[in-house]
Amino acid sequence: MTTTTDIESSRTTGPGPRIHRRPGARIFSTAVAVLAIAVVLGIAGIVVGSGTIHWEIIAQYFFAPVMLNGVATTLMLTVVSLAASAVLGTLLAAMRISGNPVLRTIASAYIWFFRGTPLLVQIVFWFNLGLFLPRLDIAGFTISTNSLITPTTAALLGLFLNVSAFMCEVIRGGLLAVDTGQTEAALSIGMTPRRALLRIVLPQAIRVILPAAGNLAIDLLKATSLVYVIGTKEILGTVQGIAAQNFYVIEMLIVASLWYLVLVSVASLGQSWLEARLARGIGAAQPPAARPNL
Amino acid sequence: MTTPLLDHAVRMHGLQKSFGAVRVLHGVDLTVERGQAAFIIGPSGSGKSTLLRCVNSLESYDGGELWVDGYLVGAERRGDRWIEASATLTASRRARIGMVFQRFNLFPNMTALENVTAGLRMVLKQESKQAFERGRELLARVGLANRADSYPSQLSGGQQQRVAIARAIAANPSIVLFDEPTSALDPELVGEVLAVMRDLARDGMTMLIVTHEISFAEEVGDVVHFIDGGKVAESGSPSAVIRHSNNPRTAEFLARIRKPG
Repeated sequence: MTTTTDIESSRTTGPGPRIHRRPGARIFSTAVAVLAIAVVLGIAGIVVGSGTIHWEIIAQYFFAPVMLNGVATTLMLTVVSLAASAVLGTLLAAMRISGNPVLRTIASAYIWFFRGTPLLVQIVFWFNLGLFLPRLDIAGFTISTNSLITPTTAALLGLFLNVSAFMCEVIRGGLLAVDTGQTEAALSIGMTPRRALLRIVLPQAIRVILPAAGNLAIDLLKATSLVYVIGTKEILGTVQGIAAQNFYVIEMLIVASLWYLVLVSVASLGQSWLEARLARGIGAAQPPAARPNL
Repeated sequence: MTTPLLDHAVRMHGLQKSFGAVRVLHGVDLTVERGQAAFIIGPSGSGKSTLLRCVNSLESYDGGELWVDGYLVGAERRGDRWIEASATLTASRRARIGMVFQRFNLFPNMTALENVTAGLRMVLKQESKQAFERGRELLARVGLANRADSYPSQLSGGQQQRVAIARAIAANPSIVLFDEPTSALDPELVGEVLAVMRDLARDGMTMLIVTHEISFAEEVGDVVHFIDGGKVAESGSPSAVIRHSNNPRTAEFLARIRKPG
């Protein structure tokens, strides 16, 4: 019987009927939203309302000089190992895409090792380098390894060597993302291969490299916290030191977390700004795929 | 070092090329005269694109001689030995040879005007003002004077290929190579690109064109070379090769291309 009605109504002239939303959907999504807010407030209430967190301690230590020193150390570790890894990462990427099989294998082995072992293990290893290599002979000078490997240098070494392996892959991915046609076009107008790489391929590769490198930088910023195990006084090392004396463990961890959030947020803003700048004038449109030969 | 053979735009003799164990060019002899619009036609995999890419050293060749505008390309003589040309020498030769690609290969981060003038500014080191002036003339010549500040992504395929043609002729090359310039285009955009190429041929530009547009070759070509199995199977005027060929391979190829499937 319904089919008859359908056929009849479809015969009417004039504009079609207006379609309304199903009434139940909106009520349901409102209910879910209210429930979600209740859960979030409930959890926040447990944390804040427990009364055991001394907020004044957090305020007191947040800008304390010793804390600011720790923040500075974290920033230094991040910036220095990132800059150094840009250099070593580029070198490794060049080795990996070179025609020389020996260089290619060496670079691959490096990446295999440094990506395949945990960063924490690497950091502890560098800190204990003196155990199996007591002296370093450099250009005729003999230096005791232990005088060279401090908590800071070991941290830098561990972070930079590790992040270089990831940086290499980011740079290589960026270079490979640029179509070979770009290189050919650059060569065809008379550029040398080196100039084609620097003037045509690299500027395009940067747009792929920078967002990925930005993620790497933010990961690195947080990974610097691992070096507290070898006694480096960065953010986590500093708050652990303070908590060991005043026993406000949770409060000091909140101080550390807030600082990491601040640093990561600032870094994310910088990354978005860079990406927006790089995207100017460039759409995602690609030429149509080649038609198969007739 | 190099003996100019000034009477030819391109002259190749016994050109050989292998990719690994696969021989692609089996000793190609081919000459392009100045001012000629020369077409290369032939089945897929016959080596015609490889041959074209050898002319500006995008592919190396293993044996034979190749002269462009009177200069040895892709190789240098050292005593009585022939060795591969250096990157710098190859780059200076390429600056005098224009190339238009199937997939346009415009630089996506540059405007049409910047694309056209890239060689003038970055290779020939011309002043920007002078280069951009020339660039605007070139864009006008391909009918895109009003799109100078557009990026490639804002242009249709046909417009992109016309910008690419302007880029290829910017440095007054002695010859322009076209590698299937309309194969990546939607059918309704092919005409505007062929029109620009027709104008170039009329202005006396030396052109070497690999294409499947047989009727265009017939209309515009001074000479047509049919390549089959890595060799020039037949050369002659368009009517001789396309209309009145006695070569069974040519006839078979043309029959297939006219009735696809």
